[in-house]
Amino acid sequence: MTELDEGVKSRIEKEISSNDVVLFMKGTPVFPQCGFSSMVSQVLSHIGVEFKGVDVLAEPTLRDGIKSFSDWPTIPQLYVKGEFIGGCDIVKEMYENGELQELFNK
Amino acid sequence: MSMTANEIETMIKEAIPDSTVVIEDLRGDGDHYSAHVKSSLFNGKSKIQQHQMVYKALKGKMGQQLHALALKTSSDD
Repeated sequence: MTELDEGVKSRIEKEISSNDVVLFMKGTPVFPQCGFSSMVSQVLSHIGVEFKGVDVLAEPTLRDGIKSFSDWPTIPQLYVKGEFIGGCDIVKEMYENGELQELFNK
Repeated sequence: MSMTANEIETMIKEAIPDSTVVIEDLRGDGDHYSAHVKSSLFNGKSKIQQHQMVYKALKGKMGQQLHALALKTSSDD
């Protein structure tokens, strides 16, 4: 894993501090380009959460940067109020046991 | 390049010795797996930390040789 560039780091910090819900994903919410990104984006839409999608395919430095930033090897990655929530498996599990809905009802 | 279910299980068990690991080859193509890992070492840890422990056990293979591993972790409390 490459070391995190300061520019990329501040770019990520800016995204997660200026948006309540941010999904780093492959593709866009309308045209996801990976099944896992698509799944998370559908779950969020399904429970009526507005989110900002950041397409890592459009910005290759972000694709590696976000992995170092959160110490997490895969994409998508969901951030809520600046906090890393998890990837596809965790979001799916949280949706199934109601924790995700709870998180947004706070 | 992909990994066998056995290799995945071995790597997880090396790093998390008391774990029980159940792996399924979801499509039979040696590229899409699901793993359920249960260990007392997960006790008191968040889901993110638990998953990170498994990813660390796989030493950078996750997202590289290992394209898709649907992960589920449980503590034993």
